[in-house]
Amino acid sequence: MHDPGEVKIPFGPQHPALKEPESFLISLRGEKITSTSIKLGYNHRGIEKACEERTYIQDLYLIERICGICSHSHSTCFAQAVEEIAGLEVPARARYIRTLIAELERIHSHLLWLGVAGHEIGFDTLLMYTWRDREVVMDILAMLTGNRVNYGINTIGGVRRDISPEQKEEVLKAMDILEERTKYYIELATQEVTLAKRLSGVGILSNEDAKRLGAVGPVARASGIERDVRRDDPYAAYAQLDFKVITSNECDVYGRTLVRLGELMESYSIVRQAIQKIPDGVISVKAPRKVPAGEVVSRYEAPRGEDLHYVSANGTDKPERVKVRAPTLANIQSVSKMLENRYLADMPIVVAAIDPCFSCTDRLIAVNDPERKTKNTVAWEAIRLKGIEWYKRQGIDFTPLNKKLKSLI
Amino acid sequence: MGVITKIVNWSRLKSPWILHFNTGACNGCDIEIIASLTPRYDLERFGVVLKGTPRHADILLCSGPVTKQVECRLIRIYEQMLEPKFVVAVGTCSCTGGVFSGCYNVDGGINSVLPVSAYIPGCPASPKAIIDGVVKLLKSLEEEPGAKKK
Repeated sequence: MHDPGEVKIPFGPQHPALKEPESFLISLRGEKITSTSIKLGYNHRGIEKACEERTYIQDLYLIERICGICSHSHSTCFAQAVEEIAGLEVPARARYIRTLIAELERIHSHLLWLGVAGHEIGFDTLLMYTWRDREVVMDILAMLTGNRVNYGINTIGGVRRDISPEQKEEVLKAMDILEERTKYYIELATQEVTLAKRLSGVGILSNEDAKRLGAVGPVARASGIERDVRRDDPYAAYAQLDFKVITSNECDVYGRTLVRLGELMESYSIVRQAIQKIPDGVISVKAPRKVPAGEVVSRYEAPRGEDLHYVSANGTDKPERVKVRAPTLANIQSVSKMLENRYLADMPIVVAAIDPCFSCTDRLIAVNDPERKTKNTVAWEAIRLKGIEWYKRQGIDFTPLNKKLKSLI
Repeated sequence: MGVITKIVNWSRLKSPWILHFNTGACNGCDIEIIASLTPRYDLERFGVVLKGTPRHADILLCSGPVTKQVECRLIRIYEQMLEPKFVVAVGTCSCTGGVFSGCYNVDGGINSVLPVSAYIPGCPASPKAIIDGVVKLLKSLEEEPGAKKK
């Protein structure tokens, strides 16, 4: 059914407003969006399957490269799962170092987001400011782990690098600089009328919708849902640290900005506490090469929201199944809701406001397009029969073999 | 080399506009590309400007291994660029496939699809390496005038 007043615009996979390849098909009536359909999968590399062919320690580095921005989140989440199956007790010092890197990563991710959000609303000065400040935390991460992105600090059973007293000093110094800068950004966000007007009332996601669509992380917290894995199900050293869960009842992009800025301030406080409280001791325990059979779901509060890893082990040195549910996959459902009856010009900032990470999200997804007549999904039995047919055409007949197999059973 | 060609070459070398395309990367190289354009590293001092459309760009900066779904789009974007055009592979994955080689949805490096002029290895390639790579590419064009013409 074609509506003459409706215009369809493809958006992506290559688009100036998008940093990653993903594609949206937007239906417009005038300037207003009537519906959006999201097409993912450009970044699908097949990491989950590749994990099954590699050993646990190789997987750790592969999992880290699911996403370059929240690399520590994924690797810690996976390491925690494997450690739980193997029954390893991670030393306290290692848990503190993991927390420290996790919070530094949150700082870098939120500063990055602030810049990107500024860029999407045409406020490029903010992009340049925040990315300049972000280099301070990047230097700290490079000093502590040896790499700016994809830190590689985790290992199964602990961490690979210790932190020295001089490094602690450097971290504290950097926190002071960043705290001052963040105060300026908070002032900017709360007092600058142009910014507040551009962001408030855009991309509204009500509390009920956020619950119904399963939003996580800053998106959920900006809709008034007080949910944070760090507090609700503490991992690493979060149980010993004191911090607030920042929420906002604005339910829009402005609220999400305030939540992220508030979280930045909390992160500085967590980093300072972790530096102060870090105990002495070893940084890792020896992990077995083969992990006993078992399955575990591990949760982690990544900068973008709750990250979930499922690992199933079968007693060998390779996992049987690894499943990753990245935070953007939980949030992407709410984007269509946020865009309903909104202006086309709000699209980039609304999409950017969930802080999407499509390289995290592109797991295998089967999508049925209702407008397409042919079916996209094929039943398992049909695939099997198709396979048999294909081999028959190639001159290979499995029928005698199949009969033999059946007689054996 | 005639005077006109000299002028054209000189102007091209002073304003290499880039297009950034993520062909399936982990975002690590992408944030480093943006970082190299922002104040600390400031790639713009070489006249490099990030552009939104392939039709404005001279250099295609690709990050990540080529996934099966993105392959035809990558070729389409390359074909939309005007001559002379150059492809730079940023990061180990886009050079060889890196950690993702062997994954079922990955074809390999950028050179499995497009001709590549410069490789910048690293996981991720640091902003310093990206600047070095781009400057070396510009240098090599200065030395071989033949390469600039189609």
